Amino acid sequence: MILNRLENSRRKGGQRSNVHRNQTSCGVRGQGLREWPNSLTMVPCCQVLHGKNWPVGFPQKDFSVPRKRIKIKQKVEYLSILDGDGHVDAALDPKLDGDLSLHIYRLMLSARLLDERCIKMQRQGRIGTYGPCRGQEACHCAATVVMKPEDWVVHAFREPGSFYHRGWPLETVLKFWGGYEEGCRPPDGVNDTPIAVPIASQIPHAMGIAWGMKLRGDNRAVLCYCGDGGTSEGDFHEALNFAGVYNLPVVFFIQNNQWAISIPREAQTASETIAQKCVAYGFDGLQLDGNDPLAVYVGTKEAVDRAKSDGGPTLIEAVTYRLGVHTTADDPTKYRSDEEVKRWEKLDPIPRFQKYLLNRKLLDKKLVDEIEKDVLKEVADAVDRYEASRDVDPLECFPHTYAELPDELIEQKEEFRAALERENVGMGH
Amino acid sequence: MALMNMVGAINRALDDALRDDDKVVLLGQDIGQDEGVFRVTADLLARYGDKRVLDTPLAEGAIVGGAVGLALYGLKPVSEMQFSGFAYQAYHQIEQHVARFRNRTRGRFGMSMVIRMPYGGGIRAVEHHSESRETIYAHTPGLKMVIPSTPRNARALLLASIYDPDPVIFYEPKAVYRAFKEEVPDDPEQMPIGKAEVVREGRDLTLISYGAMMRPTLEAAEDVADADGVSIEVVDLLTVSPLDTATITDSVAKTGRAVMIHEGPRTCGIGAEVVARIVEKSLMHLEAPIRRVTGYDVQFPYFARERAFLPNADRIAHAAREVLAF
Ligand SMILES: Cc1ncc(C[n+]2csc(CCOP(=O)(O)OP(=O)(O)O)c2C)c(N)n1
Ligand SMILES: [Mg+2]
Repeated sequence: MILNRLENSRRKGGQRSNVHRNQTSCGVRGQGLREWPNSLTMVPCCQVLHGKNWPVGFPQKDFSVPRKRIKIKQKVEYLSILDGDGHVDAALDPKLDGDLSLHIYRLMLSARLLDERCIKMQRQGRIGTYGPCRGQEACHCAATVVMKPEDWVVHAFREPGSFYHRGWPLETVLKFWGGYEEGCRPPDGVNDTPIAVPIASQIPHAMGIAWGMKLRGDNRAVLCYCGDGGTSEGDFHEALNFAGVYNLPVVFFIQNNQWAISIPREAQTASETIAQKCVAYGFDGLQLDGNDPLAVYVGTKEAVDRAKSDGGPTLIEAVTYRLGVHTTADDPTKYRSDEEVKRWEKLDPIPRFQKYLLNRKLLDKKLVDEIEKDVLKEVADAVDRYEASRDVDPLECFPHTYAELPDELIEQKEEFRAALERENVGMGH
Repeated sequence: MALMNMVGAINRALDDALRDDDKVVLLGQDIGQDEGVFRVTADLLARYGDKRVLDTPLAEGAIVGGAVGLALYGLKPVSEMQFSGFAYQAYHQIEQHVARFRNRTRGRFGMSMVIRMPYGGGIRAVEHHSESRETIYAHTPGLKMVIPSTPRNARALLLASIYDPDPVIFYEPKAVYRAFKEEVPDDPEQMPIGKAEVVREGRDLTLISYGAMMRPTLEAAEDVADADGVSIEVVDLLTVSPLDTATITDSVAKTGRAVMIHEGPRTCGIGAEVVARIVEKSLMHLEAPIRRVTGYDVQFPYFARERAFLPNADRIAHAAREVLAF
């Protein structure tokens, strides 16, 4: 509540108290990866001249100012709190309590170790094509922990830590990549949508869920994941436009990992930043260091609090990097250099956060090892449970097609059963 | 002649077209630097440059809608949808403009373009990477729908599609991409669109299929013919719209029996249309009910269940024997 009020008064006053935030440099703090011009700070001239309802572009009554830059109200900031070496900006440090800090750390490690295990399992043929999240753990782990159980999380496909935090058993995550529909079934009571493979197609759903919250007067919000490539799809535009028009409680969280398979960010959009796309939809945007869990947490928390106090949507661009392959079917040496990957490896979110937690004495060497051992065991146990539940009846592709199977489908199912019996096909693989 | 798989053969056709017609441009996601996720466009960016081979942002609607503009401007766009399961993001452009421009401009603007896309199951891919939705396009007036089954006919049909005055949806059976090799002629051979092919001659039964299902169909034909001492004809449709009615009905008039095989769902599948035409034109020649061996009317299962789900030679042989025994 205090945060809400602070945020509101800040919005009304227009003046940000925080001098450490800056509107000009982007990328990782101190790395100066990208720059964008500070030109989005004006008020529509027609509104100044003719009052609020005078449409922009309508013939001017006052010809004294025939041409003027249009002032834009939306705010686009950049935020980073930890530097590349894990040193914290003391003024911005949210000083999250110990339990939450360690939970985020543990979650990031779970995502990392599950990832490593999945890549091995793909090579052994125990799961299919896998899309790793290596390097992006801070984004989805530190953002999802902001959400309350009654809030919703709408997923893309590179957020295993988010599923884990929300209560999806790790073996369910494995089932998706192992080729089982069961991997898309959210546990009862979990307000999440499953992996969405068609890029950006989930964004309108997030908007719709937020619309429902608003129509029903519920004080909840939606967090929606998408990649940099996804911002080029029509669904991105359509959903953000509706969200702006209806002022919906939704946070669009773009993991800009610099690549969409082989297409670099620069070839995806001519926009200097993805965050600034918010301007066109009439709400605020924030670019943050996506390899900095503190920045991710603070940025997402502010956006969610604002959403819940009827402040509308936010577009967050988390600047990060896909350290691994696009999927195990991909060969990135065809389109990007090793040096680029090495540069980003230095900004790996896990050692950075570990250093910060060590400095805060929330972690020590012994605890680091203990947590790693624990998480490895959780992953190994999940793999065992996945393997033990793999033999799934092929006939299971029928019953969930409709709430009630039509006669023709019941007949086809029996035809399938007879064929399987004749062919003596083993279940599953 | 050169021995190549279907990926190589399609690459050859694209290479032929880029070389022989400077109006041809390729566009799609990851087709340039990355050479396509299946490497179908290998070497083409290097050979023809970035004014002919266009890597695009991630938006199928803009690829196909943009291709409409390119075609209006006199170019010959060959678009790639990375998987047929993502062509729906472009479907409004296909239905509302690609298929209709010729008719609504009374012939002033044709839409000479190809939209290539890999379709079908069998490669253990994740959701939305395995379905067969040829019916949607076959059901859309103004589109042609071509589905090759071997390296050689893929090359020849793709070239014919690029030079066709009308829009062609070119459905590539990804399960066949690297499954086998075939001799492909050096010169740019073309095959006529709208013609089916009798790929095996027989007197007692006609098996009709296309695309990836041609392999289990031919296997079943051979098994049943050898084991049961019967003579089986096999028709490869190659173009599913416009359908080559005469080749189908002539064959069934001769054999009196037919089994239709496809991977896509049964209801309103290509088989439904084929059977309707047989009934309309050759009913009096039929000696047994026609059987369909198809995907069931459910969403294509995730890959752990796909091997069991996909129609196979056993299922085709079983249906063939039932029809023969009637
Ligand atoms: C609509 C659609 N088109 C194409 C694809 C194939 N595809 C899968 S991931 C991907 C790139 C996505 O890039 P981005 O949005 O940046 O997410 P990232 O993979 O980097 O996490 C593409 C083109 C798809 N899944 N969906
Ligand atoms: Mg990306």
